[in-house]
Amino acid sequence: MLAQPLAPWECLRRHEQARAGEPGQFGATAVFVGTMRDFNQGDAVSGLFLEHYPGMTERCLEAIEQRAGERWELTDSLIVHRVGQLHPGDPIVLVAVWSTHRRAAFEASRWMMEELKSNAPLWKKEQLAQGSRWVEKNTPGY
Amino acid sequence: MMRISVRFFAGLREQLEQAELELSLPADATVAQVWEQAAKGAVSGPVLAARNMEYVDFSARLHDGDEVAFFPPVTGGGR
Repeated sequence: MLAQPLAPWECLRRHEQARAGEPGQFGATAVFVGTMRDFNQGDAVSGLFLEHYPGMTERCLEAIEQRAGERWELTDSLIVHRVGQLHPGDPIVLVAVWSTHRRAAFEASRWMMEELKSNAPLWKKEQLAQGSRWVEKNTPGY
Repeated sequence: MMRISVRFFAGLREQLEQAELELSLPADATVAQVWEQAAKGAVSGPVLAARNMEYVDFSARLHDGDEVAFFPPVTGGGR
């Protein structure tokens, strides 16, 4: 959980530099970055507040990474999610997967993103010209 | 009797106008009983529950000192 601006590419660079293991171990990296839009359901959105359940949200994201590692052969994975106040254009979430071959990287990153959206305790409140509203459901990913 | 801490999040917290409370319940009470006491029928729409930070069904039984949380369907992630 990150309460300050997320710089996904900087975050990835640091993660790759810090990672244990020999270079050459992985052949595929898949990265998803979700970014805040300035529109939803036909309305202009000027800001977004992301609420979470401290403790449970982190636990849930760790479990998603662990389950992905059991289902696919992964070298490494990373999930970083913003909380707090966001503005249009701000990155919200980073999901990255490293594996030997592209299939596992693509499939696992997609699965992790969908799991996160349907299970991690995170709630979006949109700020509009006429007030604010809670987002009630996600757009389908498949 | 057992002590249960109850927490609410997001739109549910705003609807109930409180973030947390403590309840005394008879031993072997369920999540559903906590929900009845806490929400008093004042909430409509889907609600999810967690016990000690793990998702549970409303039929799950509780133990003394458990933390129970209620919240609306989750909406994290990018688009």
